Amino acid sequence: MQASNPVLKLKSVAITVLVMLGIALLAYELPDILDKKVLSPEQHLTTVIWVGSVYSLFALGYALVFSILGVLNLSHSAVFMWGGYIGVMSVIRYDIPIYYTLPLAMLGGGIIGVLVDLIAFAPLRRRNAPRISQLISSLGASAVLVNLAQLEFGTSPERFPRTTLKELPYEATVARPYTIDWLGAEFRITPLQVSIVVIAFALMFLLQYLVARTKTGKAMRVVAFNQKVAGLLSISVGGIFRLTFFLAGALAGAAGVLYALAYPSLTPFTGDEMALKGLTVIVLGGLGSIRGAVLGGLLVAAFEVYATAIGYSWLKDALPFVALFLILLFRPQGLLGEATVKRA
Amino acid sequence: MGFISDTLASIGLNEFVITLMFVNAILAMSIYLTLYGGMFSLANAGFMAIGSYVSVILTQNHDWPFLPAILAGMVAAGLIAIPIGLPVLRLRDIYLAIATIGFVEITRIMILNFDKIIAEAYTRLHMESEPPKITNGPLGITGIPVETKLEYLVVTVIILSYFMIRMHRSRFGRALAAIRQDENVAASQGINVVYYKNAAFILGAMMAGLGGGFSGHLSRIIQPGSYGFGTAVDILAYSVLGGISSWYGPILGGLALTALPEVLRPLKEYTGLINGVVLLIFIAYLPGGLGDPALWRSVRRNMSRMVHLINKGKTADAGA
Repeated sequence: MQASNPVLKLKSVAITVLVMLGIALLAYELPDILDKKVLSPEQHLTTVIWVGSVYSLFALGYALVFSILGVLNLSHSAVFMWGGYIGVMSVIRYDIPIYYTLPLAMLGGGIIGVLVDLIAFAPLRRRNAPRISQLISSLGASAVLVNLAQLEFGTSPERFPRTTLKELPYEATVARPYTIDWLGAEFRITPLQVSIVVIAFALMFLLQYLVARTKTGKAMRVVAFNQKVAGLLSISVGGIFRLTFFLAGALAGAAGVLYALAYPSLTPFTGDEMALKGLTVIVLGGLGSIRGAVLGGLLVAAFEVYATAIGYSWLKDALPFVALFLILLFRPQGLLGEATVKRA
Repeated sequence: MGFISDTLASIGLNEFVITLMFVNAILAMSIYLTLYGGMFSLANAGFMAIGSYVSVILTQNHDWPFLPAILAGMVAAGLIAIPIGLPVLRLRDIYLAIATIGFVEITRIMILNFDKIIAEAYTRLHMESEPPKITNGPLGITGIPVETKLEYLVVTVIILSYFMIRMHRSRFGRALAAIRQDENVAASQGINVVYYKNAAFILGAMMAGLGGGFSGHLSRIIQPGSYGFGTAVDILAYSVLGGISSWYGPILGGLALTALPEVLRPLKEYTGLINGVVLLIFIAYLPGGLGDPALWRSVRRNMSRMVHLINKGKTADAGA
C-alpha cells in the first residue's frame, strides 16, 4: 500500500509539491498564455482546494477497497449519495442539529458499505469468482441503492435548509466570505469552505494514521499483501474486509454530507457523476494509494476549475480523462504509486 | 407467428423491444471477442457511438442508403480502433478497463462538443462561412427514420455466431485462448501476441460499430448521453451475466437483460429496484452465467431424473 522506503516517500512528497506548484503556476500563467481574461486567479486556487478536498475524500473509499480487495466497488458512489441524503433528511424530517449530521452520515454510510459487502461481494469471494463478476455485482448493488433512494426521497433536488445553515456559529452563508491578504493576493473564502477543507483533510489524515501506524492498519496491509498469509497469522480476513467496507462507506458518507453542504442540489443520481470522477482521481494519483488519492482529487478539481475559467467549459469533462489516458499509458502506477513487478 | 408475437407483446416484449434485444446481443458478442482473449476492455460503447453517429450522419446528411451507411459506420469504428488498441492493449486487467472507460468518455465528450470544436477551428482559421452543425450537441440528431428491421438483426446474429463457432477452432481462436491463459507462454510458443490482441480488439470494435449503426436507426434519436460509462458497463454486464464460457452466453445475456426491465414494467416504480435485485441474484447464483454449458448439463440431468422418477411412480401406481 504505502511506501515505507524513505527514498520513495521523499520522491512522492517531491512529486506532490511539484504538481501543486504546477497547479498554482497555471492559475496565474494560463490565462496570459491563452490570451484570455480571467478575474482573480487566486479565487480559482481556493476553489480548487475546497472542491478537490471533497473529491479526494470520496475517492479515498474507492482507493481503500481497491488496495485491500483488489476490486473496483462501483456502488461506492451510491453510498456517497446515501450519505448526503442521510445528512439532509435527518435535518429536514427529524430536526436533528446540523452538527450531528456528519457522524450520522458516516455511521449510516459505513453500515450501508458493510451491507453491500455482505450482499454483493462476500458470496462471490467465497466462490473465488473473477474480479469482473464482482464488478458487475457491485453495479447491481449500486442500481438497488439508487432505486431505493428514488423510491424513498423522490427525484427532486434536496438541500440543507438555509435556516439550519445559520445554526452554525459562523453563519455559514456563501455570501459572506472572509478576505485574506497573502503575498499581495486576495483570497476570499467562506467559513463553510474552510470547514469543508478542514473536515476532509482531518478525515484523510485519520485514515492515513490508521492504515500506516496502528495494529489494525498493519493487519489490513497484510490482508492486502496476501490473504492466505494473513489467515495463517490469525488475522480475521473477513473481519478486515468488513472493516474496510465500513471505513470506505463512512468516508463516502462524510463526503456526501460535505457535498450536500457545498452544492444545494442532491438527487439520487448525484452519485453517478461522482463515480467516474472518483475513478479518475484514484488512477491519477495511483490506484490504492492514499496520498495519491488526495493529489488526484486536487488535480481533477484543478482541471475542472481552470478549464471553466479560461472559457473552455466543454473541456472540463474531457481533460481529466485525457490525463487519465496519458497517465495509464506512461505511468500506469499513477503519479505517486510504486511500480510493482506485476504491474499493468 | 402472429400468435407468438401476441404472446410476447402481452408480457411487454413488443417488436421494438425484441429488435433492441437483438441489437444488444450483437453488442454483447462484440465484447466477448476481447474477453475471450483475456482483455478486459470496456471500449465498445465508444465504438458503438462512432458506428451510430457515422452511419446516421451518412443516411441523414448525405443520403446514403441504409446498408452501405451501416457498413461505413462499422469500418469507421474499426479504423479508430487501430490507433487506440496499439497503445492501450499493453495494459492489463483493471488498468485496461479504466483506460478504455477513459476512451469511451473522451469519445462521448468529443461527439457532444463536435460542433463547438468545428466552430472554434473556423474562427481560428478566419474562415468566412458558417460552421456546419453535424452532431448537434447534447440534443443529438433527431427524426431518424426507423430502418433497422428484426430480420436484418437475426441474420447478422446468425452470421456472427457462425464466425464465433468457427473462431474457437481456428488458429485465431486458439491463439486468443492461449493469450488469455498466459501471455508470456503464448509469446514463447511463437504466437504474435500484439497482432492477435489488436486483431481481436479491432474485430470487436467493428461488431460494436455495427451494433451502434443498427441502434442508431432504431430509436429515431441519438444523443451523446446514451453512449457513456453506463452503456460501457451495461455491455459488459450482458456478456458476463450471459456467461463467457460459451459463444452463445453473451447472446443470451444481451437478450435476457434487455427483456428484463420490459417484462418487469408492470411493477411501475419498483422496476429499477427489482431489476437490480435480479442482477445481484443472477451473478450470485449463476457463476458461469446463463449460457454456462455446465449449468445446462445439470439442468438436463435433473430433468431426465425427474422424468425418470415420474415414470417410475406411474409404473408403481399401475402395479398397485
